[in-house]
Order: sequence, then C-alpha cells, then structure tokens
Amino acid sequence: MKKYLALLLALAMVFALAACANNGGNSTPSEAPSEAPVETPSEAPSEAPVETPSEAPAENPAEGATAAFKLGGTGPLTGPAAIYGTAARNGAQIAVDEINALGGIQFELNYQDDTHDAEKAVTAYNTLKDWGMQLSLGSVTSKPCEATAAKNFEDRIFALTPSASSTAVTEGKDNVFQMCFMDPNQGSASAQYIFDQGLASKVAVIWKNDDVYSKGIRDTFVSKAAELGLEVVSETTFADGNDSDFNVQLTEAKNAGADLVFLPMYYTPASLILSQADTMGYAPKWFGVDGMDGILTLEGFDTALAEGVMLLTPFNADAEDAKTQAFVEKYQAQYGEVPNQFAADAYDCVYAYAQALEAAGATPDMSAADLCDAMIAQFTSMTFDGLTGESMTWGADGAVTKAPKGMVIQDGAYVGM
Amino acid sequence: MTFLSYLIQGISLGSIYAIIALGYTMVYGIAKMLNFAHGDVIMVGGYMCFFATSGLRDRFADGSVAQAVIPNLAGLLLAMFVCTLLGITIERLAYKPLRQAPSLAVLITAIGVSYFLQNGAQVLWSSNPKICSSIIGKGVLSLGQLSISHVILLTVVVCVVIMLALTWFTGNTRMGKAMRACSEDKAAAQLMGINVNATISMTFAIGSALAAIAGVLFTSAYPTLQPTTGALPGIKAFTAAVFGGIGSIPGAMLGGILLGVIETFAKGYISTQVSDAIVFAVLIVILLVKPAGLLGKQVAEKV
Repeated sequence: MKKYLALLLALAMVFALAACANNGGNSTPSEAPSEAPVETPSEAPSEAPVETPSEAPAENPAEGATAAFKLGGTGPLTGPAAIYGTAARNGAQIAVDEINALGGIQFELNYQDDTHDAEKAVTAYNTLKDWGMQLSLGSVTSKPCEATAAKNFEDRIFALTPSASSTAVTEGKDNVFQMCFMDPNQGSASAQYIFDQGLASKVAVIWKNDDVYSKGIRDTFVSKAAELGLEVVSETTFADGNDSDFNVQLTEAKNAGADLVFLPMYYTPASLILSQADTMGYAPKWFGVDGMDGILTLEGFDTALAEGVMLLTPFNADAEDAKTQAFVEKYQAQYGEVPNQFAADAYDCVYAYAQALEAAGATPDMSAADLCDAMIAQFTSMTFDGLTGESMTWGADGAVTKAPKGMVIQDGAYVGM
Repeated sequence: MTFLSYLIQGISLGSIYAIIALGYTMVYGIAKMLNFAHGDVIMVGGYMCFFATSGLRDRFADGSVAQAVIPNLAGLLLAMFVCTLLGITIERLAYKPLRQAPSLAVLITAIGVSYFLQNGAQVLWSSNPKICSSIIGKGVLSLGQLSISHVILLTVVVCVVIMLALTWFTGNTRMGKAMRACSEDKAAAQLMGINVNATISMTFAIGSALAAIAGVLFTSAYPTLQPTTGALPGIKAFTAAVFGGIGSIPGAMLGGILLGVIETFAKGYISTQVSDAIVFAVLIVILLVKPAGLLGKQVAEKV
C-alpha cells in the first residue's frame, strides 16, 4: 500500500517539477507546488522566452536592467479565456520589442497568468508588485480587472487595461484607464449600428447573467434599442454551469420572429449557439461584441458556421494602412496566427505609455506613485493615434473615445463592413 | 408545437444527464462512494475521441464510408480503453488505500482526484477550447416542424441499452451478484469467498467505460471541449442520480430525463434566469416527500 502511495507522490512531484520548469524565470518561490500546474502557461516552450523579463536588457546591453520601466499585466494565459490573454501578451511584447529597439524609452514586460479568475489575478498582481512593477497593464478580462484595479488604486500604480471593458474597472479610480470601449458604449454603439444600417427590426438578445461584461453590454443595448425603436422580441439568459444547451433560448428567439440575434458574450458559448442554431435550421443575422473575437481560431471550429456574423470591434486585421499591416505581418511571423483586437489593444497600450512617458519626461528611476501622477496628467490631456483608432482621447473617468468599426466574417476572415 | 419541441429538447438534454448518471449511480450503488471524478473521466473520454477522430480523419478519402466510420469507431474505442484504464488506476491509487477510512475522507479524495484530472488536462492539452465533430455526423430527423438530431436519438437508444444491460448484468451474472453482495455487506461478502477488491475494481472499470461513452456522446451533442467540460454536467448528473434514487439503475435514467425536461420547461415557460433554482426546488420537494429518491429503496437499518 505504501508503495503505491509513494509512487503517487513521486508522480505528483514530477508533474509539479515539470510545470515549474515550463514556467521559466517567472515562477515565484512563493507559489505552492500544487498550484503550479494551474498557473503554468500551457503553450509550447518556444513561447516561454517571450515572458522572461531578462530578455529586454539582454538585447540592449548598453541600457542595463535598471534603465527600463517595469511594465506588468495579468491575463488569462490558460483557462477558457486564454485566447485573449495570450493575444494581449503577444501584442504587448511586439510593441515592447519595437520600442526597445529604437533605443529611447526602454520597457521590461512581465505578464502573469490569472486564468480569468479574480482571486488568482490578485495573487498575480502581488507577484508583479514584488517584482517592482512601475506601470500596469491591468488585467485583460473584466472580472479579474475589477479586482486588480482596486489594488492599483490602493497602491497608486497607474493602470491602462487593454481590454477589460466593464464600468466597475474604472469607476471611482482616478488612475485606471481603458484602451477598449467601456461596456455601455459597446451596447449602445451596437444598437445604434444595427439601427443605422437597417439590419433588423426585431432583435433577440441572449446574455450571460452571471457575468458583468455580458450584463453591462446587454443593459445599455436594451435601453438604447428602446430609445431607437428597435424591438427586442426575446430576451433569454444562461449562466455558468448552464452554458452548453441553448435550444430553448434559440427556439424562443425563433418563435418570436427575431431576424437578428445579439450575442453579448465570449466566443466559447457563442460557438455552441451558432452550431445549435445550425442544427435547428435557424439562420438569423448574428451580431456579436468584442468577446466574439477569437471564434475563428478555435481548434476544430467549422468557420462556415460563423459566416456572416457581425461584430463591432475597433481593430480590423485586413485594414489597408501601413501600421496595421506591419503589425499583422510581424504578429503572424512570430506567433503564427492573425492578431485579434486584444493583441492590437495591448500593442496600443504600450505605445500610449511610451508617448506619455516621453511627453512627461519620466525616467525609470521614478517611483510608481510619481509616475502615476505624471501619467494621469498625460492621459487626460494627450491625443493618441494607434492601431485601434485615430486621435483617441481619454476622459478623467478613464474611458476612451474612439470610433468603432463594423466587421463581418466572410470566408473565415474578418472583413470591414 | 412549442410544447412538443420543448419536450423533445428536454428529453435530449435529459438523456445526456441520464447517461452520465448511470455511471455515477452504478459506482455509488456498489462501492457506496461518490466518485466526483466521474465527470472528469468523461472529459478525458471526450479528449481521447477528439484526438483519435481529428488524427485519423485526414488519412481517408473525403466522403468515403471508411472516413465516416473508422475514425469515429477508433475514437470511441480509444476513449473506452483509456478511461477504463484510468478508472482502474484511480481506484487503485486513490480509493483503495482508503477502503477502511471514513466516507468523508474518500469524498474529499474524490474531489481531489477531480481537480487533479482537470489541471492535468490543462497542462497536457492546454485550456483553449477544442471543437469536436459529432461521431455520427450532423444529421437531423425532421417530423413536420419538429426536428431531432441523430446524436440525440443515438443517445436515447444507447441510454436505454446501457440501462437494460446493467440491470441484467447486476441481476443475473456471477460478477453482478458479487457486486450486489459487496454493496450490501463487504465483510460478509468476503467471508463468502468473494474477492471484494477485484469486484470493486471491476465496478470502476465498467463505470469508467460508461463515462467514456457518455463523454463521446456529450461532446457530439455539445461540441466545445475544454478541461472543465466534465465538471458541471457531472454535478447535474449527480443531482439526477439522487433525484431518481441513488444506487438505482432505472432511477438514474428516469432522474436524468426528468431533470432535463423540468429544466427545459422552466427555461421555456418560466424564465431562463431562474431555471436552475426551479430545478433544485423541485429536487428538494421530491426528496422531502421521498427521501430515497423516486425509485430508491428505503432500507431499514437494523440496530
């Protein structure tokens, strides 16, 4: 009996060790070994060097490690929302490499995994704080970012989140800013877009009632739709643990005669909705939000199901401008896929930081709190041109102003509408 | 018409719960322990099927009969083989040492095994969701305005077959009788010359093979596969098993289907927001009236 037990323990140890090895220089001694497999980025080891903080100084030996701004962020590098976290990390890394190569302002990037979980995000945030983070990229997704933004506010570390869009992220915090649209803006912009383009008169909404992101968008969508005279004929919900069967929701939308279904949710449930509607023979117009981004890169997903799905997103990988094309090309070369909006948002975040730091004349030896004040002054006054919009500005509440682009999926790729 | 289509959807969902609940209830009935890792064995089964089908499909000509049959069959067999091995291994390593331990310790161990499998799957196969293809294609049977997908028809049929086979097996075979003897009194069974350990291993092997079948059917009906796929259906199926009377094989099937139907009607006619609350309220009422579940046996304890 003892033999088996010993064998089991040995096995567990091997697992934990293998996991730590994968984690490269990033794993902290404070992590319990049992937690290691959860937090390990499960990507191929070839990506591991990207995360290693020591890379930037190695490339620029003249600068030395102390001359770089320490930029930290958390995101789901594993877990059901991993596509967003890895995309944001990759996008930010490209921007950091580009900026560092110019020789001016230097960044050191450190992304920690939060598995789209608020508690893990706080742990990841504390790891970054111990590492000496001066500027933060917040968290990639809304729920964790609400937790880390509170810490950012408490610790006076400035945060610019690429994609956490809920209002609670920035509410009441003077030093937390967003690169993406706030949820209410997404909801009302979507309703406005559907109305302006005359896409539908009867709309159904399926939303996730235990997710702030989904609820925030749905609330403003419904009130804007009422204002415009768009008729919401069916409104149904789902929640964690109840998110595999959508037949009832779809039947209800179908019976109510909805000719467009609005899906304010992430891509995983959306992929199930699309395939179940297909089985039912229900083919309305589909309208998604930025969480829909990523559906095309799902392994094994039949992209024909997503044909004609529309979504509002600020970034279009097919855009003709040189900046976008250069970014897409670089991203494809390094990571083997077309970047989504999250990658572009994170890329913009790093460039916005570079512009603000330059304008403020900030130096890496400044404390996080001093940098925080300088950044607040810069972000509320500057105008920034990035991949996800021209002449973006920020209000004192941390929300960004930029124009959304309508996109539609055609032949398995996003095309501007 | 809406009523009928909701009913069919409810039975579809319920048949998936039922097929998972059969494995739960069988292991509980014999080994008297709740194997919370059952849902995660289902997930492993789904992954095995996914790898086999996606790996083999390209080796056959598009549209040929061989392409339609061989990868899917291989997927099912691989899933059953791996899950059976996994089930026996889990039993040997995690549960057997605790045979004499209090049942609470075993319960916590089962939860631990469940997390171990989930995190192991995350390390091995990454957490990015994978979309499985259905093992019998996407066909739909249309009856006027109603439509039933082939996967669901298959699930209902398989569910009934498994239920009948298990009932026959536990009632009429030597091994089945040994299982029932173990479930009544392990010590007495041992004195009668029954190898209790082998019998319980066998129970886990069968339960895990059933989990593999459930996994393949589940991912055919709901194709998004990720390391947490098995956890929540597992809990729902456990509820179904309790509903029908845990330990009772026909009860698991009845409980699963009723749970699916109630859930669907609650969603369709009352509110999608509180459907789960309604389902569990019904469960509470039923357990108040019939504490052993719908088909459960009330066993008088001799003191």
